[in-house]
Amino acid sequence: MSSGGDAKLFARGKVAELRQELHSGGKKDKNYSAKKIALKKIVANMTMSNNDMVALFPDVIECMNLPSLEIKKMCFLFLVNYSRMKPEVAMKALPILVDDMEDTNPLVRALALRTISYVHVREFVEATFQPLKRLMQDNDPYVRKTAAFCVAKLYEHDKKTVENSDLIDRLNRMLKDENPTVVSSVLASLCDIWGRSESISLTIDYVSASKLVSILPDCSEWGQSYILEALMSYVPQDTAEALLLAERVAPRLSHQNSAVVLTACRVILYLMNYIADEKHITSLCRKLSPPLVTLLSKPPEVQYLALRNAILILQKRPEVLRNDIRVFFCNYNDPIYVKVTKLELMFMLTTKDNISIVLAELREYATEIDVHFVRKAVRAIGKLAIKIESAAKQCIDTLLELVGAKIPYIVQEATVVIRNIFRKYPNQYESIISHVIRNIDDLDEPEAKAAVIWIIGQYADRIENSDGLLQDYLATFHDETVEVQLALLTATVKLFIQRPTKGQQLVPQVLKWCTEETDDPDLRDRGYMYWRLLSTDPATAKQVVMGQKPPITAESEKLDPRTLEELCLNVGTLATVYLKPIHQVFRAARPRRLQHSPALQRPRVEDGTASMLEYNPPTASMASASTSNSGLATITTTGNPISPINAPPPPTFPLDPNATGGGAGANAIHAADSYFNGIGSQQMAAMDLGGRGDGGAGSGGAPQSQFVVTQNQQQGYQPQYAGGAATGELLLL
Amino acid sequence: MLSGILVFNQKGENLIFRAFRSDCRPRLADIFRIQVIANPQVRSPILTLGSTTFSHVKHENIYLVAVTKSNANAALVFEFLYRLIVLGRSYFGKFDEEAVKNNFVLIYELLDEILDFGYPQNTETDTLKMYITTEGVKSAIANSPTDSSRITQQATGALSWRRSDIKYRKNEAFVDVIEDVNLLMSATGTILRADVNGQIVMRAYLTGTPECKFGLNDRLLLDSGTSSGANGGRGGGGISGNKQTTRAAAGSVTLEDCQFHQCVKLGRFDADRIISFVPPDGEFELMRYRATENVNLPFKVHPIVREIGTTKVEYSVAIKANYSSKLFATNVVVRIPTPLNTAKTTERTSQGRAKYEPEQNNIVWKIPRFSGQSEYVLNAEATLTSMTHQKAWSRPPLSLSFSILMFTSSGLLVRYLKVFEKGNYSSVKWVRYMTRAGSYEIRYV
Repeated sequence: MSSGGDAKLFARGKVAELRQELHSGGKKDKNYSAKKIALKKIVANMTMSNNDMVALFPDVIECMNLPSLEIKKMCFLFLVNYSRMKPEVAMKALPILVDDMEDTNPLVRALALRTISYVHVREFVEATFQPLKRLMQDNDPYVRKTAAFCVAKLYEHDKKTVENSDLIDRLNRMLKDENPTVVSSVLASLCDIWGRSESISLTIDYVSASKLVSILPDCSEWGQSYILEALMSYVPQDTAEALLLAERVAPRLSHQNSAVVLTACRVILYLMNYIADEKHITSLCRKLSPPLVTLLSKPPEVQYLALRNAILILQKRPEVLRNDIRVFFCNYNDPIYVKVTKLELMFMLTTKDNISIVLAELREYATEIDVHFVRKAVRAIGKLAIKIESAAKQCIDTLLELVGAKIPYIVQEATVVIRNIFRKYPNQYESIISHVIRNIDDLDEPEAKAAVIWIIGQYADRIENSDGLLQDYLATFHDETVEVQLALLTATVKLFIQRPTKGQQLVPQVLKWCTEETDDPDLRDRGYMYWRLLSTDPATAKQVVMGQKPPITAESEKLDPRTLEELCLNVGTLATVYLKPIHQVFRAARPRRLQHSPALQRPRVEDGTASMLEYNPPTASMASASTSNSGLATITTTGNPISPINAPPPPTFPLDPNATGGGAGANAIHAADSYFNGIGSQQMAAMDLGGRGDGGAGSGGAPQSQFVVTQNQQQGYQPQYAGGAATGELLLL
Repeated sequence: MLSGILVFNQKGENLIFRAFRSDCRPRLADIFRIQVIANPQVRSPILTLGSTTFSHVKHENIYLVAVTKSNANAALVFEFLYRLIVLGRSYFGKFDEEAVKNNFVLIYELLDEILDFGYPQNTETDTLKMYITTEGVKSAIANSPTDSSRITQQATGALSWRRSDIKYRKNEAFVDVIEDVNLLMSATGTILRADVNGQIVMRAYLTGTPECKFGLNDRLLLDSGTSSGANGGRGGGGISGNKQTTRAAAGSVTLEDCQFHQCVKLGRFDADRIISFVPPDGEFELMRYRATENVNLPFKVHPIVREIGTTKVEYSVAIKANYSSKLFATNVVVRIPTPLNTAKTTERTSQGRAKYEPEQNNIVWKIPRFSGQSEYVLNAEATLTSMTHQKAWSRPPLSLSFSILMFTSSGLLVRYLKVFEKGNYSSVKWVRYMTRAGSYEIRYV
């Protein structure tokens, strides 16, 4: 195939020159080669968004009727591009298009129909309706499939008119077409309309669903995806039906096109909700694993998608992929986004049986160059200690070994995870405190500092020079981030409670700083709370501050059931990359829910989030409160219209002596306890080991912790896009 | 579905901008340029800003970008972008900036044909080439409406990948079994991972509408349910290639999973594991498979790497061929990582040539021809410059590339390829086997 050689035409041009060229050639130019060249230059300028070209509209329309398909196509492209800028001139092209829709050549009819329906100009849209109805019954399947998509296009231009016409009914009737390509196009069109409508519902009964599955093999790979996608609108009424259909869809898992494979996975996972027999579920699950793994031999982007979906599917059906952990080991040359996702999967698939090989692997990653990846590997080790109790010791040994290499970012990361390990297994591994403290001078990131400060505070009675260590940090109190300041406040109070003599000088000073010399509302609030607590009843204070806290778990990793259910109905879509509730990322997306039917196997989750929030303060709502700025906080200082700066000193606050006594008081303490626990620290973040995923190398001042291996992390997703305000950080994994 | 397709060169110049929906505004090109091309921190192929998602693939020196709104089918988006590359290569030989600039009008024409309202349509090269060609003259308007009908039937038919009027004087089919063998070996010599990604590529030059049946020595154990991880009885690796071939011929291999070209009747494969299809004309990838059991590792590598203080690293790398002495590997390249502050190196090899490539931080040892059962050794030394900021060397794994003809790491063999056609002609079939290194990595202490 020869190369076009048009590169020289790809240059900025002037309207007058191009117009002249367009009219040159004259009668001698039988093949219109001069016109073609001029048009190509115009198309090139169009690409460069040289909007001067719109001035050539009349001249281009003149060329539209020349007997050359090549010229016609270029003119049509021009029309589609510029019609909205000059609708009145575009009108001149309308008769030509209407004419072409009656051409004897099916390719020309389809081209005209396709083009006219791209033009977002009222007259064009109106002029499409009548011919469209005719072309929907054209005797050529190619024209019919074009007509099928055309309905969805008109629906985008003008919802109302389409809804008031009988077009959607007609489209529905086309499902009976004998040509599979037409049928799949009709389904794609219907699903598209469904997606942007509030009122239209799409339902498919068993007979139709079964028929659709039977034409799958005769459709193009894209057509197969459209049909599979449409099958999500079939609600099985009977468990046998669901099973039969799932088994008939299963061969699609061997298709080469990953869109077919992942959409088939989606359908099968969906149908499983309606299948009663566990045996069948297990056998279907077994069919899902190999295709997912095979997708790892595809290009990295597809691998990434397969991996993200594996994370999702694994939560829903843990039996999938159970034996396959080694295939998720990272190759040295995998792109970073693939590596990080593999790491997450490895974490999920690790059990007490395979932890040894996983740890060996993670230790290997911790020596790689990419700092971000190394940190995630270190975090994963710490999280495994929390996930698998019997291997905690092994994980800690690995961590200490890595800390021994004294690479600053590894030390910092390890400090954070060791703090989490202490929180998970109180009174078990404190013997390693000295190892952690030894590297205290290497810590320069807020999160790591906060972690070590927490350790010092929590174990103030076991660390000989705990007051000295804290004092070192307190010397720079005002230069620290709020995260570190909060940690210092709490740690100082803990020191005082455990070793009053050592802490008695530090506490008043810190409380004064926190209440009088800071603008941060959280710090002030917490400062006051400690102050009042300590000044009221030291015994209760001890109970509150040093009280036993529930150990953390690795469970908060998991998506809440509602989101999980929703995402499973969207396997293979963009939302599965972000693994977030769909409306959070794509507000306009029409929600999909599992539909009720007699065959539905489990009750619909009505409010799965309640249990998630029960003891897990730093999830969504609490976390956002803690990171809020002072604007919000001034509103919440109820009753006392005090300005943050001139607050009256705490002791003058009237304190109700009964408040700490009765049951109500105990409740309050409990609430306060969990409150501190929650916001108290971003730095205490081990609690949610999975909330946020800011990936910066610790440089950003954002008070967010960095977590590995989270499903909920945002990857290159920015909810509000405001002009150029997007930061350079948004793509850090 | 897709709102638009954009193509950029590396400088961020927009070469193609085709919108399929009115929500794909021209300024999106600038946003992509700023947010992705000009942003060195981009590490994900997917970027969502507000309600707009950019999915991109880099190929040669161009970016192919799909713009979508709302929650699109991401798998379909990437498959489509890759299909676009396949089409571009088949039309222009190479799909790079130059090809795009030289053929931008044709690319617009193609895009208009293969996407309607952002939904991928027929993308079969063979059919498209019937009416979209680089020489505009030949395009369909010159043909009669009946010719056009033939095209439209083909584009919407169940065999959209094959024209019905193909004729060859000599009917031939070539089957290439190409395996990429992946290995990850730990510093202690344990195999962390070894598997094979196979690919069967066919070149069919067959008349009419031939029905093909294809048979492998596959153990039909796709779903045995006892897949025992990846550490089956390999490891030893002492079996010679020759023996392996015979064993495989007598025996069979277990394929973990298979994926097939659009033309293969998946229902039949699912039911009785018969691979039956009407092939496209010319070259296509018939199937891909994965095998994890009894993988024959063609090379065994023993690296010894010693850091002498902070100024020197000593290497001794021995590599042994595990396949039959009748076979040989070609283009064997061993990449031996060196620290970033390597000043100079010296190498001695018992076969082939070794050279230090500073830009890759590698010693590259090339052995053009490596006979089965032989063993070669490299001794090298890297002298390091002292650095003010001493950073530990990350010790990336040593890696191998090679290719071996008439050898499959999985032991897979083609048992038959039968061609049925109503013309009842006889056809000649050829099979060729090749094993290449996929990601063949060896770690060292």
